[in-house]
Amino acid sequence: MTLSAPAATPTGHKDVLTVSGLNVYYGESHILRNVDLHIPEGEMVCLIGRNGVGKTTFLKTIIGLLQQKSGTVHFEGTSLLAQPPYQRARTGIGYVSQGRDIIPQLTVKENLLLGMEALPGGISKNRRIDPIIFDLFPILEKFLGRKGGDLSGGQQQQLAIARAMLGRPKLLLLDEPTEGIQPSIILDIERAVQRIMKETGISVLLVEQHLHFVRQASFYYAMQRGGIVASGPISTLSDAIVSEFLTV
Amino acid sequence: MELFFSQLLDGLSIGSVLLLAATGLAIVFGLMGVINLAHGEFLMLGAYVTFVVQGIFKPMGGILFELYFPIALVASFVVTALVGALLERTLIRQLYGRPLETLLATWGVSLVLIQLVRSVSTAMLIGILVAIALGWFAAKMLRTRFEEKLFLPYIVGLSWIGSSLIGIAFASWLSNIRPLASAWFGPRNIDVTAPKWLQGSWGKIAGIELPGIRIFIILLSAILLLATFWFLNKSVWGLRMRAVTQNRQMSNCLGIPTDKVDCITFALGSGLAGVAGAAITLLGSVGPNLGAAYIVSCFMVIVLGGVGNLLGTVLASFLLGIIQSVIGSGSLLIVFPNLPGSVKGFVEFFATTSMSLVLVFIFIIAFLQFRPNGMFPQKGRSVEN
Repeated sequence: MTLSAPAATPTGHKDVLTVSGLNVYYGESHILRNVDLHIPEGEMVCLIGRNGVGKTTFLKTIIGLLQQKSGTVHFEGTSLLAQPPYQRARTGIGYVSQGRDIIPQLTVKENLLLGMEALPGGISKNRRIDPIIFDLFPILEKFLGRKGGDLSGGQQQQLAIARAMLGRPKLLLLDEPTEGIQPSIILDIERAVQRIMKETGISVLLVEQHLHFVRQASFYYAMQRGGIVASGPISTLSDAIVSEFLTV
Repeated sequence: MELFFSQLLDGLSIGSVLLLAATGLAIVFGLMGVINLAHGEFLMLGAYVTFVVQGIFKPMGGILFELYFPIALVASFVVTALVGALLERTLIRQLYGRPLETLLATWGVSLVLIQLVRSVSTAMLIGILVAIALGWFAAKMLRTRFEEKLFLPYIVGLSWIGSSLIGIAFASWLSNIRPLASAWFGPRNIDVTAPKWLQGSWGKIAGIELPGIRIFIILLSAILLLATFWFLNKSVWGLRMRAVTQNRQMSNCLGIPTDKVDCITFALGSGLAGVAGAAITLLGSVGPNLGAAYIVSCFMVIVLGGVGNLLGTVLASFLLGIIQSVIGSGSLLIVFPNLPGSVKGFVEFFATTSMSLVLVFIFIIAFLQFRPNGMFPQKGRSVEN
């Protein structure tokens, strides 16, 4: 398959994720329409759009919770078609869902261990939690023995990101990580994500409404009614575009 | 008084069997939301496996025969676990998220298993194997030949029907050969002889005989329950199971092979039922309908104890076992002959096996009015998700 790099993608960079012509349905309703999207290696790409335009559906399709009707998703050159989510996780896609999806009755430690299931050998061969996680999110070390479901929203978000990181993904999918979270923790999360990117060189696909966070991406894609309507380097994300596609 | 205590021990041993079976049912239900109506038949299978193992060891006699029961326990666990895994792979997997269909399908499986045990003969078994082998090869060949054709599912279905017919014809032809045609077990009850070390008394405590079989069953279920508890809470597969139970989609996204977890869980639940069935053979003769008697009690234990609650399951199953054996046998009247008239009438009224079950039902219905989530409902923010 040949790929014509869109103007937004700088040349000389390999794409970690290439999506082309993606169509996804929920039953009869057409949710995603011919979505094309590229994520260059080591960059943060932001997907913006109002509520209900299909951003979460897009992430769920990439991780494999939803199946596309047509179109292709390539991760590091291999097609992800027909792979169940757990295989995609094992090939290097980390997913932080919108609801955070902390396993409620498991302890924070157990939740973190589950993150390492994506590593080769799974939890059986990886029992040691990388201390860098506690450096990024000190609160988690304090709460290791608590049940995940008993944490506050912000703490759960930190746990969800830490859990995804422990699988050492090459691509991290973040679905509205700042939604419903107090401002001080939003900054913590932003800093943590930036530090993770700098230190590990992973790519990030960020779905976000919080403008401050959006501005830290290097590219943006704007979505409306299931299709990409604008894209480019983040510097071209003007206030006009923001007010058209983001603010209600 | 001694009679009362021996009835109490009876109740505890029946309760232990219930506990094992109900734990298996609760694991399957808790993890996959599958109500497995064939669970009772896994008990029955376990009992029949024990019977078969006994049959193999009986001619050896002596010390080898004495040792057959532990082997039978392992065999009944393994066989029922394998049957459970097979059932999950072939049938239940197709029906996830459709509880009503699952209910009907597993009920159908229970009928099939009952009839299979009643009428299985060598000829029939060969017929079934031939049908499966033919159907499988035909389906495989058709799949490669007509890849991605729309009519593929239909011809695969037809080929399965065809190979079943061939299997049936083959089996009925084989039935002409006398030794192949006789049923292995038949519809009648079977009896398992307990090895000598289990029969009789294991000593006395305060003048009360400790019947070996009862004590053995109680110990067996205690050990197995602890092992299950350890497996679920400390082992890696247990962690995976608990994760999938609580959030299947996210577990999948984290890299947990959920299909494998489902299969192992179903096998574990079925295997526990199998061991319970092996234990039941020590309590009396067993027949193909064994499962029906126990599955209702298992469900009552789960309702009373609360799903996924170990302590609740333990208490509920002992309570049920004791009510059934102490009140149902009428031993209360013998132990306390001087009860006042009204109480005596009450006890007499419920002093049969079926009426004691009625009492249990009344008790459960009344109990659930006050504590709708079972004895020990889970609390805290983590439950609300």
